[in-house]
Parts: sequence; structure tokens; C-alpha cells
Amino acid sequence: MERTGRTGIAVVGASLGGLRAAEQLRAAGWHGPITLFGDEPHLPYNRPPLSKAVLAGHALAAGTELRRRPSVEDVEWRLGAAVSAADLMTHTLTLTDGSVHMYEGLVAATGVRPRRLPMPGGPPRHVVRTLEDSAALAAGLAAGARVLVIGSGFIGCEVAATARTAGCVVTVVAPETEPMVLALGPHLARALRRRHEARGVRFHMGRLATELTPEGCVLDDGTELRADLLVEAIGSLPNTEWLAATPGLDLTDGILCDAHLRIGGIPHAVAVGDVARFPNPRYGPVPRRVEHWSVPGDTARHAARTLVATLTGTPRDPAPCAPLPSFWSDQYTLRLQSFGQPALADRSELLEGDPTAPEGDLLYAYYQGPRLIGVAALGGPTATAAAARHRPHLMTLPEPVT
Amino acid sequence: MRVIVDLDVCQDHGQCVFAAPDIFRLDEEGRLAYVDSPDAALRADAEDAADVCPLQAIRVEG
Ligand SMILES: Cc1cc2nc3c(=O)[nH]c(=O)nc-3n(C[C@H](O)[C@H](O)[C@H](O)COP(=O)(O)OP(=O)(O)OC[C@H]3O[C@@H](n4cnc5c(N)ncnc54)[C@H](O)[C@@H]3O)c2cc1C
Repeated sequence: MERTGRTGIAVVGASLGGLRAAEQLRAAGWHGPITLFGDEPHLPYNRPPLSKAVLAGHALAAGTELRRRPSVEDVEWRLGAAVSAADLMTHTLTLTDGSVHMYEGLVAATGVRPRRLPMPGGPPRHVVRTLEDSAALAAGLAAGARVLVIGSGFIGCEVAATARTAGCVVTVVAPETEPMVLALGPHLARALRRRHEARGVRFHMGRLATELTPEGCVLDDGTELRADLLVEAIGSLPNTEWLAATPGLDLTDGILCDAHLRIGGIPHAVAVGDVARFPNPRYGPVPRRVEHWSVPGDTARHAARTLVATLTGTPRDPAPCAPLPSFWSDQYTLRLQSFGQPALADRSELLEGDPTAPEGDLLYAYYQGPRLIGVAALGGPTATAAAARHRPHLMTLPEPVT
Repeated sequence: MRVIVDLDVCQDHGQCVFAAPDIFRLDEEGRLAYVDSPDAALRADAEDAADVCPLQAIRVEG
């Protein structure tokens, strides 16, 4: 059996989180070997354009490669190399080709994959997670093509906007009351729907697809929808199967980590990005996964310091990982920008704009009891800037509960 | 040290402003403005700003 890499840090997952982890390991003073294992054939690339400019054909996929700091020039890239199993007790990774890799420290950065509809059949079916997915869908977005989007979260809404802009006939089906309602609350979500409808997208909200046919789908109220292609945008599943062999890990929704991003309390293994479920003291003790682009960077910085302190026997920063969540979404020429956790709010308040107007900036504040917990804006750069002005108020941690 | 922003690519997210407020700012219209030869002491901030740009439009040289 081939055994390689007896020393050093192994990073599993070679995308945004894996790259940032490698860079932050160097910044934290790790000079030893770093090996990145990624099952995709590409160097780390940026996913947000895959449902926007790349999907629309406005940007070349080649332009999505992420900038890499010079400090990671000497890391070893093992691309097209999927890790099939890890044993955190013996510090061993096994690859799908059967080779075995030993490590001192481990970073898990394996992200998520799209959930699929649990039914067979249907017109040509697409998801959007990888460069290849985006290219395959782009080829189907000809003017006049009937596009059925199942799911109205942020990928569903972005694909609907991009397809509509390309001249497709777009229908969205989802069980929620409004598109992106979980992230934005009912008021801003309703305003978002109005803007999609003003541009010609049709919604069947509060509905499930119960059957797929070669011509389209049937909804739970009997409605038949015809489509040339179908996009499944119904959420994601964390890539954790490779960790299942290590006993005692909680992998129920991503990899459960402590406040320093250590996996199952094991000091030499950390997790970052979409796959990590960790408590954020800004929002109480409940550990959560956060699928926002800003999180791989924030968690990588903290996780790298945790791991390097462990491996070098130096003191660790006692403050927990407490990033301020933020996400954006681009739909048509509109930008949605959110800071904080609107999803945890019990009420929202309109600060600027007219939500019934088809255009114009909107700004909402979100509260949990008396506490401002998030802000979200929809509109042009002025809306983004307005949200940013409220950001400092979201940075304070709440008083500890005594 | 030189900071170069590809303004054809920039979409005024403003993430760089939070990472490096001494180098970047958003004007009243929400458009990005920045210092192109900041003090060398701001290197770490500039690197952080380049990392957090969703469009990867920022380069740090020299
Ligand atoms: C189409 C799209 C649009 C988006 N738009 C936005 C947006 O507008 N705003 C926003 O805030 N966020 C957006 N996001 C979310 C953002 O891109 C993610 O939060 C981010 O990519 C997470 O990075 P990650 O490194 O944790 O995971 P990923 O990017 O998923 O990377 C994980 C990597 O690990 C690999 N891998 C998995 N299992 C294994 C294994 N066993 N062995 C080896 N490699 C493995 C995967 O193939 C993948 O390459 C978008 C995401 C998508 C898909």
C-alpha cells in the first residue's frame, strides 16, 4: 500500500474554505507541509457567478479562479482526488484510489452538494453547484425555452432571474409563502416576488411538485406545468460521509464543532465553511451551519489559529469564533444585501422605500425582542451602502445571560 | 505597496471597506473610492480586503 505525507496538515475540500484555510495556516505561523485534497479537477474557483454572470454567458468560467496568496505557492494540490474515509483517531485519510495519507492536523472543508427531488423522470434536470453544472444549464437557456425552477431560495431566485433575462419563460414552484422568505422575512420577500413578477416570472407558492413527466410536472393541487427543462434548487446536503467511520462525531447536519471549530472536541481536527456547524455567541448557544460566502473566510481564520496553536503547543486565543453573517444575492440588476441574522428575527420594520413600488431601494431592520439582529436591503448600490451604515450596530455581542 | 481595483469588475459590495477602512470607502452614491498607494503598515488589511471581495477585483502589489 502506498503511504504518503507522514507529516503536515491535510485540508480536505479544495474550494473557497480549503484555500482560505491553507492561507490562514501560513498566516498563523505554520511552516510545515500542507496538502489540499479536492475531488473537483479545478483549482479553487468562485461559485457565486455560476448562477449569475457565468450562467448568463457574460463572464468566462476561466475568470472565476480564486486569487491565491503567494504564501500558498508551496502547498501540494491533490486535485481530482476524493477522500473516501478519515480516521481521526489514527490520523489517516483514505482516498478513493485506495492510497492512504497520514497527517498531523486536519481541516475539513468539504462543503455541500445539492439536494435532489426524490422522484424519477421529468424533462432534462439541472442543479447549480459546479462549473460543469452551470455550463450544462447555460446551454439550455435559449430565448423562449420554458424553464421550471423548483425551489425559491437564493439559488432558485437567481436562476429564475438569469433565465428570465435570457428571454426564457420562467415558472417557480415552492412550498413557502414567498421566495427567500426564510432568509428575508415575509415583507421583503413579498417585495422581491413583486419585482420578479413585474419582469414576467410566474410563481406557484405554497405548492409541491408531486410528479415529474417528460413534459413537465404536476403540482399537489393538480396543476400541470409544461417545461423544456427543470432546475432543482431545493437546498443542500453537507458532504460528511467521509467522516462517518470515526466514532462519536455528530454529523446530523454538517460537522458539529465547538466554539473554536474543533471537530467533536478533537484538538487536531477543525472544520470550516458550509460544512461546519458551530455556535455563534452573537446568537446564543445553538450551533448552526451558515451557507454564505463570507463564512469560509471567517471560519478559516479562526480554525487555522486553533489548529496551529494545538500543533505547535502555543497558547490559543480564548475568544470564540463569532463572525457577523452577511450575504448578498444579485437578481436582474437588483442587489440583495443582508447583515446579521434576519432569519432569527420575530419582526421586521421598513426603514426606507415603498415595498409596493416595482422599483426603488428598500431597507428593512430585523428585531429579536428589542434587539436589532439584522438589516437587509434590496435595490441599487445606494441600498447596499444604506445597509452597510447599520452594520456597526450589529457588531456588538449581546450581554451574557446570567 | 500598490492596491489596484479593477473597476470594470467591481460591483460596489463594500466588503473591502469593512476589512480595510483606511484604504477603501463607499461614497454617497454607494460607489467605491480607494487610496492606491497606502502605507505599507496596512498590508495585512489590504490582503484581507482582496480576500473578501466577492468579485476578486482587488490586487495588492509591491
Ligand atoms: C451557484 C451558487 C451561487 C452562490 N451565490 C452566493 C451569493 O450570491 N452570496 C453568498 O453569500 N453566497 C453564495 N453562494 C454560497 C457560497 O458559494 C458558499 O458558501 C461557498 O462556496 C462555500 O465554500 P466551501 O469551501 O465551504 O464549500 P464548497 O465551495 O462547496 O467546497 C467544497 C469542496 O470540497 C469538495 N469535496 C467534497 N467532498 C470531498 C471529498 N470527500 N474529498 C475531496 N473533496 C471533496 C467539493 O467538491 C468542493 O470542491 C453561492 C453558492 C452557489 C453554489
